[in-house]
Amino acid sequence: MLNINEILETNEMIDRQHLDIRTVTMGVSLRDCAADSADVAARKIYDKVTRSAARLVRVCEEIEREFGIPIVNKRVSVTPIAAVAESSDAEDYTVFAQALDRAAKNVGVNFIGGFSALVHKGFTKGDARLIASIPRALAETERVCASVNVATTRAGINMDAVRRMGETVKSAAELTADSGGFACAKLVVFANAVEDNPFMAGAFHGSGEPECVINVGVSGPGAVKNALLSARGQPFDAVAETIKRTAFRVTRMGQLVAREASSRLGVPFGIVDLSLAPTPAAGDSVAEILEEMGLSSVGAHGTTAALALLNDAVKKGGVMASSHVGGLSGAFIPVSEDAGMIKAAQSGVLTIEKLEAMTCVCSVGLDMIAVPGDTPAETIAAIIADEAAIGVVNNKTTAVRIIPAPGKNVGDVVDFGGLLGTAPVMPVSGGSAADFIARGGRMPAPLHSLRN
Amino acid sequence: MRAIVTVIGRDRVGIIAEVSGALAAAGVNILDITQTVTREYFTMIMLTDTSGFGGAFSELADSLEAFGEKLGMSIRIQREDIFEAMHRV
Repeated sequence: MLNINEILETNEMIDRQHLDIRTVTMGVSLRDCAADSADVAARKIYDKVTRSAARLVRVCEEIEREFGIPIVNKRVSVTPIAAVAESSDAEDYTVFAQALDRAAKNVGVNFIGGFSALVHKGFTKGDARLIASIPRALAETERVCASVNVATTRAGINMDAVRRMGETVKSAAELTADSGGFACAKLVVFANAVEDNPFMAGAFHGSGEPECVINVGVSGPGAVKNALLSARGQPFDAVAETIKRTAFRVTRMGQLVAREASSRLGVPFGIVDLSLAPTPAAGDSVAEILEEMGLSSVGAHGTTAALALLNDAVKKGGVMASSHVGGLSGAFIPVSEDAGMIKAAQSGVLTIEKLEAMTCVCSVGLDMIAVPGDTPAETIAAIIADEAAIGVVNNKTTAVRIIPAPGKNVGDVVDFGGLLGTAPVMPVSGGSAADFIARGGRMPAPLHSLRN
Repeated sequence: MRAIVTVIGRDRVGIIAEVSGALAAAGVNILDITQTVTREYFTMIMLTDTSGFGGAFSELADSLEAFGEKLGMSIRIQREDIFEAMHRV
């Protein structure tokens, strides 16, 4: 029989250290929902999502009860809508976002991702229409998340798309000015986007995915931080080992839940995403892990090295615990969703420049960062370009989820509520990138893209 | 289905009798028990087989939780698999 301490330890991790399954995300292909008429396509989209995900929330709730482990979010990701909507007569794709929103509400998921386009090499007619529709689609829906992939290591950076996304982020913020630019919290600009990411706002169901699939995202920064208390003052070898052991346990639990959900729903299991995703709750912070390693505050010199170790150890520990690892897998550093990051940003120790350096070694990118409302679209585009360059050159996923909060200035705070948290408005560099962004065109793929 | 029942609370006379009585009434078979008292706190882990319980697992979990509240204890039941997954390679 199991040891009493093991059982109590597991329950302690769940009760006090916020160990949970962060998301069970059902990927649904909408490729068979295209139609000449936008109304017909929207209805097909609604019907397919509600039919496929009808039992998702109920089954997850049963699993939560049986294992005694919270599944915080139940979500749906769909085929990038640009591809589905393209053959329809619609010019404004908001109608499809509304269909997704209704479907999400009907099945009880809090977010649905996939109002997306992949434009790393160029735009099709549908891609251009989708991007133009993003601000209105996000402003007029509650649960829909949008993402646009503007660069890959293989294709380089589509600088026309980068410019357009700078403008899109600005107009999404302006359309939702009364909620602090909330639409931007649902919009991710990617380089090297992955097809099986279960985490929002960047989830979509990629073109190599099956008809329907279950992907699971685990979490547990609190459990990692707590485990590190036992390695205080010890060398980094011990720190890495401790993180690996914790990541292994957390991932095993994710794998168990993923298999169970997949078999009960009759939907194939896709991947477990080994991410450390913080929430604004106390003790559920990635920043606190880095601080436990010996930094007085996240953002201090040493933060990038600490994060690199954390990210690597999480992967090494998790990879043996799951039969298929995928998604973004690593540590997330969303500023507004992490109590430690919020504090460090407010005190000025954590800056956008440091966060940019951190994105070279962690899971994603500049995430949930509020900047002054009068930041020019070109500056936002240039921030996107910098992140994309990091992703393209380092062969990793990077992303930008940035909120130019209308009417707000450095020192103000934007409150998004719930899991999206509170974002202190951070300063951006004063220099202009207007002429740089105006060039457009494509930045060629780096030499190491030629791997064949 | 094999499930672990965890009972935690202040120690007093009759806890094991009351909890095993409730499990027996629900048709749940006890396969193994470990218990310990640290200071005045009582902790008991029971390995059980719930296949004799007719209803849904959530009903059993709810009724044990409610029963625990009546006794002033925390009683939870979880499938054994989660602990196996976390602690056994």
